[in-house]
Amino acid sequence: MFLKIIHACKTSKRKVQLSFCCMRSILSLSLSLSLSLSYFFFPFRHDIMKWNGWGYSDSRFLFNKKGQAEFTGKRYRLSGLILPSLKDWFEGTFGANLQHKSPATPALNVSAVPPPNLNESFVEELKAAGVALSQEPEDRVFRSHGHCLHEIFALREGRISRVPDLVVWPSCHNDVVKIVELACKHNVCLIPYGGGTSVSSALECPPEETRSIVSLDTSQMNRILWIDEKNLTAHVEAGIIGQDLERQLNESGYCTGHEPDSMEFSSLGGWVATRASGMKKNIYGNIEDLVVHIKMVTPRGVIEKSCQGPRMSTGPDIHHFIMGSEGTLGVVTEVTMKIRPVPEYQKYGSIVFPNFQQGVACLREVAKQRCAPASIRLMDNEQFQFGHALKPQVSSIFTSFLDGLKKFYITKFKGFDPHHLCVATLLFEGDREKVLQHEKQVYDIAAKFGGLAAGEDNGQRGYMLTFVIAYLRDLGMDYYVIGESFETSVPWDRVLDLCRNVKERIVRECKERGVQFPPLSTCRVTQTYDAGACVYFYFAFNYRGLSDPIHVYENVEHAAREEILANGGSLSHHHGVGKLRKEWMKEAVSTVGLGMLKSVKEYVDPSNIFGNRNLL
Amino acid sequence: GQTRVLHMLRAELESFFDILEERRQSSDISHALRTFSAQPYHEATPPSVKALNRMVLESQFLRYVIAEVAAESGEPPECVKEEAAGILDKMAQNLQLSFIRLLGFSLSKIFKRLFRSIWVNEDGLARLQQAIQEHPVILMPNHRSYIDFLVLSYIMFTYDLSIPVIAAGIPLMGMSLIGEIFRRSGAFFIRRSIGSDKLYWAVLSEYVRTIVRTGFAPVEFYVEGLRSRTLKSLTPKLGLMQMVLEPFFKGEVYDVLLVPVSISYDRVLEETLLAHELLGVPKPKETTTGLLKARKVLEDDYGCMHVCFGKPVSARALAQGRVNRGQFNLVPRGLPLNASAELQEFVNGVAHLLVRLQEKNMVLSPWSLMTFTLLQSPQGVDWDQLTHKTLWLRTLALRFGAHLNWPDSEVMSDSLALHHSIACREKGRVQLVEEVGPGPVTQEEAVFRKASAVLMCASYRNQALHVFTRPALVALAMTTAASPRKGEQRFCFLQELFANELIFIPGHAVQDFEEGCDGLQQCGALTITDQTLRVTEEEQDAIIFLTAILQPFIETYEVVCRILCEERFQTFSEKSFLSSVRDAVIKLLISGEVRSYECLSSNTQKNVLWALLRMGAVSKSRV
Repeated sequence: MFLKIIHACKTSKRKVQLSFCCMRSILSLSLSLSLSLSYFFFPFRHDIMKWNGWGYSDSRFLFNKKGQAEFTGKRYRLSGLILPSLKDWFEGTFGANLQHKSPATPALNVSAVPPPNLNESFVEELKAAGVALSQEPEDRVFRSHGHCLHEIFALREGRISRVPDLVVWPSCHNDVVKIVELACKHNVCLIPYGGGTSVSSALECPPEETRSIVSLDTSQMNRILWIDEKNLTAHVEAGIIGQDLERQLNESGYCTGHEPDSMEFSSLGGWVATRASGMKKNIYGNIEDLVVHIKMVTPRGVIEKSCQGPRMSTGPDIHHFIMGSEGTLGVVTEVTMKIRPVPEYQKYGSIVFPNFQQGVACLREVAKQRCAPASIRLMDNEQFQFGHALKPQVSSIFTSFLDGLKKFYITKFKGFDPHHLCVATLLFEGDREKVLQHEKQVYDIAAKFGGLAAGEDNGQRGYMLTFVIAYLRDLGMDYYVIGESFETSVPWDRVLDLCRNVKERIVRECKERGVQFPPLSTCRVTQTYDAGACVYFYFAFNYRGLSDPIHVYENVEHAAREEILANGGSLSHHHGVGKLRKEWMKEAVSTVGLGMLKSVKEYVDPSNIFGNRNLL
Repeated sequence: GQTRVLHMLRAELESFFDILEERRQSSDISHALRTFSAQPYHEATPPSVKALNRMVLESQFLRYVIAEVAAESGEPPECVKEEAAGILDKMAQNLQLSFIRLLGFSLSKIFKRLFRSIWVNEDGLARLQQAIQEHPVILMPNHRSYIDFLVLSYIMFTYDLSIPVIAAGIPLMGMSLIGEIFRRSGAFFIRRSIGSDKLYWAVLSEYVRTIVRTGFAPVEFYVEGLRSRTLKSLTPKLGLMQMVLEPFFKGEVYDVLLVPVSISYDRVLEETLLAHELLGVPKPKETTTGLLKARKVLEDDYGCMHVCFGKPVSARALAQGRVNRGQFNLVPRGLPLNASAELQEFVNGVAHLLVRLQEKNMVLSPWSLMTFTLLQSPQGVDWDQLTHKTLWLRTLALRFGAHLNWPDSEVMSDSLALHHSIACREKGRVQLVEEVGPGPVTQEEAVFRKASAVLMCASYRNQALHVFTRPALVALAMTTAASPRKGEQRFCFLQELFANELIFIPGHAVQDFEEGCDGLQQCGALTITDQTLRVTEEEQDAIIFLTAILQPFIETYEVVCRILCEERFQTFSEKSFLSSVRDAVIKLLISGEVRSYECLSSNTQKNVLWALLRMGAVSKSRV
């Protein structure tokens, strides 16, 4: 064990510098070969992840010397492949040019990081309690941001604003209790940190905060504590990352089925704190449907229910104070979740519709008949073309011939206009027999709306797009293109109007603000509900010639959100409010509603220890 | 919002082209039969009339209202639905290109006979073409003649623009054959007084909204509601205005573009009818035979007409920061929209703005300016003096931002010749012409004839009245207020008093006052020292002239008030009001106590009543 640690420390690219106290405890613990030892070895995720972009360091898009796009690494289906049509799409859509590069600052300039503002007595007591911590600039900067465009853009330019003064790594619930107690005692500000995938400025340190800011990283609380096969639940520490949770459960033959697009990096605690939604919610439900029990540490103490009854009538559900609290009330430490046996069979699928209207009408009918597959998503025409640009080089003439034939059939024989058609991607799960039956039912409905089955491959590629799109933004930023996604939920009768108006608003706002080339403004319907749908927008533009692109970008996004609200869309379906959308909260939940939330905050955390200033 | 509005109101100079010129040189048949390729909004293809009507009848909105009406009246819903279908059948347009072609052919013939030229601003048409492709477009012309909408459709056809769907009054439909031709040229018909007929409102509003939503054709309607008998802008009506804006409020379309269209005639076809109507002679019913009899109209010369397509006004831009579109989020989109006070105020403001834009863009004829002097000299005026004063007025009008059609120096004598039915020059003196009728006339008849001539002349002055209203009101306010400091207060009072007479955008009193002051300052009639406005001694002429413009209105208001103070008017019915006031005014004119024959204008008399009602001097109760 001991040797392994030393080895890990040696081979790690970046020197892991723990506090002296921490090293000492490692040594003492390792000498005693205590079982808890492994928790003090941090498999620092940030070693294998980018400090100024999305995801793994080894995976990124680039244009090679031949000007062809490729995706590096080995982690994804797309990894190591050439994407022949991406360049043309990229240049054509954004008016970008491979000659015009806007590269990022290669490495973090440590001297640009402000020195930590430490509360010495707090640090002393924390060390005494044996909690791992760090005040290294890299650790602090890594936990000072989420993945909003402005956050990443600033990092790429090497601009560092207020960052946490200290990072602490509790290893279990009791550590958290201790940290929160000490934070209250010494009046320091705590900001819980899970996977760091926030897109609502939730992790940004409030610049007006004068106290010492401590980032509470839950990544070491990542164990599945037990699995209850009788009740089909699992009790899990909240710091576990989505893909680890799923993989470990799979080993026992189970899954949660909760798959938000960020699941490679986001944490269970983060899902609870933001009211996350998973791609397969039609079968498994969103986080609020999956959670059976939550334990959260607050400045007032620990909040949890006394039993795990599947439903209760005990006043307003206290879980709903916790879910969506965005780290303003405390730290979620442990969660009991529903689990399901791993499905026997999975099948992708796709449907081509002559236009977006028909596609939405079909999704609405599917929702009405309550026969939505595990996932059903509808991409608009722009996104369909975008998806096409990501087609890897085909290996055989036969495949390319088949592709050509398909295209001919759809556009020439069926008369679909390539500039209007759109695609729905599907994912079915369950027993083989039922899946096939279900598939038929959905395709039959689609046929009534002019939809044509378009194969499994297109479906699968659609879902893959979800995971690589965030990497693509980094590529764009290398060539003067910036972009972002945002989402909303809206009643069925307003889906079409909202999509059209928001897309149009983006285009017009860009033009008014001097963006030289028409932006990419595209959307997809990603979830269906009985009474409405979730809509996801992508928006990106070429910022050459703009003196303050981020400001322009923020104005356009602001306008787009105003447009969403004016068209009956919600402030957020699953990204949360953070600090980015705070200004609309009162309008969104009414003055009384906001007052209710504030009074809860006042009771639970009167000295604003959890001072990330999200939401309220 | 205010600066935006002011910006829009700034005058613009554009070049006009005569569309008849080409018609005089090439074949009308080939013009009518040429390939017509309009670019509609978002490539929308027009739905068939049947499909459109079905969309309307099966809308959530109509189903809701039908159920409501059925519940209220106790009738079975099927009957109510039947009734709604009947209303729709009577209302719906049936736009067919072949009829547009037929109309195009015959209108070419007719217009060439009636007019020397029809001037259109081509920049406006280019903007319109662009607008039609971007968003649903609403054409909002002013209404001065029966032929207004024919001219518009004719222009649209000539320039390959989508033929508009037009809201027309039901009397037109009553004309056999002609009604059908209009229907097939895109007219849909609206009852004059809808009152509280809920079902009718529902069918109409859903019909209009559906057309705006689908956007296959521009919607054209007269925001003034009716043809202006006085040729002066009318207070806008809000019903249709709200209907066309609703799809935008609800987000069903990204934007709605409102295009003000200013139509002006050198000589209006209906000029004699107008004066008679104002004097209380009922207007002849619109019939096809009536129209055929009016053929002789074709034998006369009506000079030129001008059509100016204004800049499209974006409803979205106007609503920015003023309308919370989120207010409709909690009600299903198909359900009736309960317009909040804020929204009604907005709609009212938009409607007034559009009327103002119509006024601003209007091209005025020299004759309009000449009538000012003619009316201010009831005993006639020397030709030299008339031309001299008119030229002076021309300078003034240009300073105030008017568009004038002033090709050459001969234009004034030309104008006089064109209007031989109103005024004539004899031995160097110009005088109004009175109608000649049979034999000995009573005193009343003499007054009547005189008034008819004056009112006819006044209507041409009214076409240009808007140019002078603000400076004139300031001049009047400054010269009658107790102290110069009270000028603005007096101005506001006058504005409120004349709110039905002259069009002011609600809530724009400050800007109106400033505009008026600016105008007077420019011509040197007003100075500002130490933030105090003062009327100068040097430019008394301008002040006197401007206040004189308003004199006939003020006199009418005074007279009507005086008459209403008589004991028999303690209580009176709305019906008897006009005839009793008319009789009283005639007596006063005969006795010489009242001097202006314009006091006989029933339009102004009605406006007095509205003003008094609005200001609380008269109250209305149902018996």
